Amino acid sequence: MSADCLFRPLASNPHTVQIEFEGTSLSVPGDVSLAAALLASGIRHTRESAVNGRPGAPYCMMGVCFECLVEVDGHANVQACLVPVRPGLRVRRQRGAADLALREVCADE
Amino acid sequence: MSNAAIDLIIIGAGPAGMGAALEARAHGMSVAVLDKQASPGGQIYRQVLEADARRRAVLGDDYNVGAKLAADFLQCGARYLPNAAIWQVTPQRQVHYLIEGRAEVLQARHLLIATGAFERPMPIPGWTVPGVMTAGAGQILLKSAALVPACPLVLAGCGPLLYLLAVQYLRAGIAIEALVDTSKRGDLLRAWRMAPAALRGWRDLLKGLGLLAELKRAGIRHVRGACNLEVEGTDRARALVFDSEGQRQRIPAELILLHQGVVPNTQISWSLRLEHNWSEQQLCWVARRDAWGETSVPGIFIAGDSGAIGGAGVARLEGRLAALAMAGQSAQARPVQQALHRARAARPLLDALYRAPPGHRIPADDVTVCRCEEVSAGDIRRYVDLGCLGPNQTKAFGRCGMGPCQGRQCGLSVTEIIAGHRQVTPAEVGYYRIRSPLKPITLAQLAGETLPVEEPS
Repeated sequence: MSADCLFRPLASNPHTVQIEFEGTSLSVPGDVSLAAALLASGIRHTRESAVNGRPGAPYCMMGVCFECLVEVDGHANVQACLVPVRPGLRVRRQRGAADLALREVCADE
Repeated sequence: MSNAAIDLIIIGAGPAGMGAALEARAHGMSVAVLDKQASPGGQIYRQVLEADARRRAVLGDDYNVGAKLAADFLQCGARYLPNAAIWQVTPQRQVHYLIEGRAEVLQARHLLIATGAFERPMPIPGWTVPGVMTAGAGQILLKSAALVPACPLVLAGCGPLLYLLAVQYLRAGIAIEALVDTSKRGDLLRAWRMAPAALRGWRDLLKGLGLLAELKRAGIRHVRGACNLEVEGTDRARALVFDSEGQRQRIPAELILLHQGVVPNTQISWSLRLEHNWSEQQLCWVARRDAWGETSVPGIFIAGDSGAIGGAGVARLEGRLAALAMAGQSAQARPVQQALHRARAARPLLDALYRAPPGHRIPADDVTVCRCEEVSAGDIRRYVDLGCLGPNQTKAFGRCGMGPCQGRQCGLSVTEIIAGHRQVTPAEVGYYRIRSPLKPITLAQLAGETLPVEEPS
């Protein structure tokens, strides 16, 4: 985990899992929400505003502010503070509004 | 899952919801409790059943008392639906929700909204910069993920949660650069004179004083009477800047946790078109309720902080009281009513003491108010100059409140900014018209919803 983190685990030997963030492999604490995992792994911003590109990051951690929106395994606009982190998640920053190409992803299911 | 109507559906498994469920089950009602979290407790007792000894020691007794309540709740025979995202509630008491990606509906004879509170927005310059979070978020990370700050940290604003979090971080051995407090040293005495009846709530007040004493003993830098707070930095937070004792001061920090009290989560009550009043005491909207918690729609009750801010003790009692009324057992309510009277005693004093300052609720023109659609206070004032009368119209003028958070983060600020600029009361300005879906739902999920068999009565 990067030395540049905003948060760190209270425990000295936390359980970690591997996820992919923006195409790069990342070791993050397990058993926590995706937003918490990213905050403890040096990820400073998790979305870019649909209006002006402003970088946004988890703010309330309780599902109210929608600042932590990310794309998870191709699903847009997921609230990272409300989903548990799981090994192998492919996570990208939510950039702008949800991409309409997502329809194909949904149709595949 | 059976689709027969349930005697009581409770939304929220915090102290109010759990208190109501236990009471209703004791009187033989069938109960379903839906909650967005994975385990019971609400925000105050979040993951209390999973916390290890280290976390319990850091979080303290007021957190740990939730363990018995949560354990009793899980045993009480209520149908408990965790991880449920409620996207619609109807006046006919149907509750529509997503669970494990599926859309389901339940029909209730009585409905209790116990959705608690969230933190009052604190729109200061720079509050949208990464590295700025709420104190509640810091505490949630501690409770639910055992994560603590790993970089220079400043806590700023006012209110009991700010002091409590500071003490919890101290117990965890976390360094705090400063606690920048917008309340002043003499405020307690002044507030006390305004609300002498609060003496009956002395236990709550002593707890608060104890927290302050613990901070003082630890030698935390505690700035009092700070105003004009501002976060420095664009891509990330660099420092908190503020005025104190006639001077502009700057404290470098990468993590800035803001807090200025909590406000009722009124999203569901507004979506139901329940009658709401503007509370000048708590500077927020409160749904109109009778002494039992019943709203302007018969059969729909609200208990706990989602009705008006009272704290966990009040919430649990209000939940019990509402359940007694719904179970037709109001004759047994006297002890609960007496306990409620005591538990509420300190509230007027706390409200006066930690009143969020006007400058941090009604910001200057250049401050972003609607974070989702990037609308500033100045934009809203311009809309008013062009004839915009209330929050709902700001949507048409500039999409304010139309982003994914649906006004949760800007609603109160927008009401107060418009009221200030029009020089009328917040009550006259009103609030957003909140509509379902209250949570994002796909058309595929909507199309797959299973409808209840029974027609609503």
